[in-house]
Amino acid sequence: MTLTYSYFPGCSSEATGKAYDISTRAVCDKLDIELKELPDWNCCGSTSYFSIRELESFGVSARNLAIAQEVGGMDLVATCSACYTILAKTNRYFSEDPVLHETINEALEAAGRTYDGNVNVRHILDVIVNDLGCETVAEKVTRRMTKLRVAPYYGCQATRPKGTFDDPEFPTSLDHLLEAVGAEPIYYPVKTKCCGGMLMMTQEDAALRLCHELLKCAQDNGADVIVTTCPLCEMNVEAYQKMVNKAYGTSFNIPVMYFTQLLGYALGVDSKALALQMQIVPVENVLAKVPA
Amino acid sequence: MVELETTQGVKTLHKIFLEDVYSIPGGEKIRLCQQCGTCSGSCPTAYLMDYSPREVIAAFRAGMLDRVLKSNTIWLCTSCYSCTVRCPAGIKVTDIMYELKRLAIKYKSWPSSSKNPAMSKIFIDHVHRFGRSYEAGVIGQFVLTQKPSLAWKFKGLGTKLFLSGRMPLLPKSIKGKDEFHKIIDLLATKEVSQ
Repeated sequence: MTLTYSYFPGCSSEATGKAYDISTRAVCDKLDIELKELPDWNCCGSTSYFSIRELESFGVSARNLAIAQEVGGMDLVATCSACYTILAKTNRYFSEDPVLHETINEALEAAGRTYDGNVNVRHILDVIVNDLGCETVAEKVTRRMTKLRVAPYYGCQATRPKGTFDDPEFPTSLDHLLEAVGAEPIYYPVKTKCCGGMLMMTQEDAALRLCHELLKCAQDNGADVIVTTCPLCEMNVEAYQKMVNKAYGTSFNIPVMYFTQLLGYALGVDSKALALQMQIVPVENVLAKVPA
Repeated sequence: MVELETTQGVKTLHKIFLEDVYSIPGGEKIRLCQQCGTCSGSCPTAYLMDYSPREVIAAFRAGMLDRVLKSNTIWLCTSCYSCTVRCPAGIKVTDIMYELKRLAIKYKSWPSSSKNPAMSKIFIDHVHRFGRSYEAGVIGQFVLTQKPSLAWKFKGLGTKLFLSGRMPLLPKSIKGKDEFHKIIDLLATKEVSQ
């Protein structure tokens, strides 16, 4: 049976997080999960927006939810953890707060739309692990990732603040998924620690320190690769390794992949179709470890 | 124009803060803070903050929020929500930080060292123009206008991202910009930070 969802790619899918979008579509295709891209989606409402102009950002966010309702009310799946958190938060506050409900709908009506509050917002990891299930994934694996030691990095906003589909601090769903494809999820106690997020632009010393901790823990515990569930985490942990090295006198060169890229490879998807060539730290050595 | 330099001004700030925090679902739990410090101990950037998250609530109770608005604290919050999930009283500490950000914008009060307000403004301007964020534009404008020193640091990385296809130079726009603006314009009139 095909599982069908509305799909919210998010703005980073058009730039730094392109590989997440490409690999997600490829993986879902293999797993018989149908993603219908939300027509004319806009910015999720974003933390940068939300933290400065709350009401406006609720409206921005709610336009997406209203469109999701118009196209049939299927669950709306986000890949970016920040999009997921903001869309889910708008949804929750919209339902909990009758005044907000009315204000937002008034604004949506000015735009010829309306929203009842009945669309579920989901994270792609949740969908794959809980709707489809690790056993089904395991059955479809054609390249078992044996011998691969993987640091499962969840970041903050896949599970916080609500912990809707996994524990907010000690989640295991990604660990189980990695086991299902034959890889070994390493002990990674910083799995939900912050990467620094947008501070990488505005206060890079603080963000570099957080990334250093994430990279050091992966290295100390013998990770071949770090996998992430969020484009901002991926960018910070992968692309700024040189700057971390400069600041801390280290020599990290740890490959980082979206979990969908690793999953896709295990499912036999061609590396080009997973946009693996887009990674800044080359992943060839990682894939070479996988038995043919 | 609102101001912070008088006793009356500070009292008004306190009142607005409390009203806004109470309007957040579950916001009234701020009364239950017992100053245990779990939030500060969980915060990944507290070590850099003038006032830790626990101290922010203490300052609010002491009627000294004006000092918090002038501090670097709220702009160091990364939205990791560790404080929120760990608070034994169920206080939404992250949401309180957001509220303080909005008040800081309203009062035009932030330390000159903090570039986050400028970053947020550039981000919002881009979303208004295109309906989506356009990373190359946001980062480019931020670096050029706020932190030219980053241009040198990011040169190599920017080139790599461009060459690997991760930094397209042209923005993508949504089709429904008119209706999008109708939503924003209507809500903007009711926004606290205006």
